Amino acid sequence: MTLYQRRRLSNQVVLGLSLAATALGLFWLAAILTTLLANGLTALSADLFTQMTPPPGSQGGLANAIFGSLVMTGIATLIGTPVGILAGTYLAEYSRGSRLAEVIRFINDILLSAPSIIIGLFVYEVVVLRMGHFSAWAGALALAIIVVPVVVRTTEDMLRLVPDTLREAAAALGAPKWRTVVQISYRAALQGIVTGIMLAVARISGETAPLLFTALNNQFWSTDLNAPMANLPVVIFQFALSPYADWQTLAWGGALLITTVILVLNIGARLVASWSSVKR
Amino acid sequence: MTVLSPPAARPLTRPLVPAERRTEPAPAIKADIRNVHFFYKKFEALKGISLPLYDRRVTAFIGPSGCGKSTLLRVFNRIYNLYPEQRAEGEVIIDGRNVLEPGYDVNLLRAKVGMVFQKPTPFPMSIYDNIAFGIRLYETLPASELDGRVEQALQRAALWNEVKDKLKQSGLGLSGGQQQRLCIARAIALKPEILLLDEPASALDPISTSKIEELIHELRSDYCIAIVTHNMQQAARTADFTAFMYLGELIEYAETEKIFTKPNKKQTEDYVTGRFG
Ligand SMILES: Nc1ncnc2c1ncn2[C@@H]1O[C@H](COP(=O)(O)OP(=O)(O)OP(=O)(O)O)[C@@H](O)[C@H]1O
Ligand SMILES: [Mg+2]
Repeated sequence: MTLYQRRRLSNQVVLGLSLAATALGLFWLAAILTTLLANGLTALSADLFTQMTPPPGSQGGLANAIFGSLVMTGIATLIGTPVGILAGTYLAEYSRGSRLAEVIRFINDILLSAPSIIIGLFVYEVVVLRMGHFSAWAGALALAIIVVPVVVRTTEDMLRLVPDTLREAAAALGAPKWRTVVQISYRAALQGIVTGIMLAVARISGETAPLLFTALNNQFWSTDLNAPMANLPVVIFQFALSPYADWQTLAWGGALLITTVILVLNIGARLVASWSSVKR
Repeated sequence: MTVLSPPAARPLTRPLVPAERRTEPAPAIKADIRNVHFFYKKFEALKGISLPLYDRRVTAFIGPSGCGKSTLLRVFNRIYNLYPEQRAEGEVIIDGRNVLEPGYDVNLLRAKVGMVFQKPTPFPMSIYDNIAFGIRLYETLPASELDGRVEQALQRAALWNEVKDKLKQSGLGLSGGQQQRLCIARAIALKPEILLLDEPASALDPISTSKIEELIHELRSDYCIAIVTHNMQQAARTADFTAFMYLGELIEYAETEKIFTKPNKKQTEDYVTGRFG
């Protein structure tokens, strides 16, 4: 066999293996999605969005859980995003060669990979036990703690992609540092930062463990942030494990909702990331 | 071109500096560079440079790659201050003050000393905003006046006709040559007193290059211009004075005509005739 033939052969073998691996991955994804659709679609109805979570054996929906999830995810994003962006900005723009930045980056990476149940336990210790009860605030806080490292990381990475020559060009016009950051660096990195935020939201919208220890659950409609609040992941957790068929159906419905939201966020993030090529 | 033929012995058929320039009054010193040393961490990139930059004159900096031309230009507007590990010593006196002294307001300095880089650096915003960005830093103008300033700058940079119908489009959508003229427009919109051009045409085609050279001629009447170039003809065409640098030192500085026809130093002669570097 000539060298060329051997190279072709090994190319084909590796290509074949790669395709098989891709197919395997896609197979499970497709399996999960079809199961989810098959079971979840039957649960989809107006009731799902208007009725409260029912006691076993009676009709109901997930309205309170959907509302709770929206509220806590929203608050967590509102808290976590600015903190994350500011910290990421410090790391990328202001900390050139500083020791402190190395430490912060290291801690952030640990936080990024920390199991979310640990974060739930932490907030349980620090907030829930002190307040004496579960609350939506505690839930939102736990989710915010998950958002922060994701946003820090993407913000820093995206700002680092902005070439120094652009910063020099702005500085050469006499622009103070903060204006360069806000008007040049942020603008250049906007898509990346927005993408990062969307992925962070997608990440927390399915988190169960941190909410189990913080917001817990609530059978009723509640807008009180100081009280336990229903939310989709915990409801799914509870209903799916129950022996009641109605509850299980609702759990499928909730799972379908979350998956749809995550899918939409991911697709949205991809669209945002491709803005630049469209606009030019 | 004539410049590249062996100098000294044969006089050029055409004087490098047009006659009308030589009748101009003697130039005033705009920036006086005194014994400037520059360090990238421990590495000494400039080893005691002293020379004057004259007002309403073009000064070219030539020399082999890595000799410190860009470094020297970056001292004049203190852009190196963005990097804590870089530092300069010595004095650069502009309008009677040493701009290298710690208390000097670098942002005001940079408004006074504009810079255009080798690679075009359009901001990720509209063509209009690219120009307005700098103006807005210093002045709050009514919209109509700002429009006027933007147009004026683009006119001067010979870009207006090409972009007047798409001012709201992104500056990133322009060609390389247009982007570079946009950057020049952006710099002159601030009405600086000194203009630093670091190989402004090195990435451009001959047509864009000659546009930029015309522009330099045009701007010469109002500014003190320092230009770095690897192109001997470009130096000969555009500059009144030429500084030849080598390994962080200033080897020779004189009228362009003298540098290209009868330089004092052997090294200069070898370089401008293409025998080394
Ligand atoms: N950021 C930097 N860090 C360390 N050394 C540097 C840095 N920038 C430049 N130098 C060094 O300083 C010296 C002068 O560099 P400079 O960029 O001023 O040269 P130049 O004359 O502009 O060259 P060119 O014609 O290739 O642009 C070179 O030896 C270079 O290696
Ligand atoms: Mg250079």
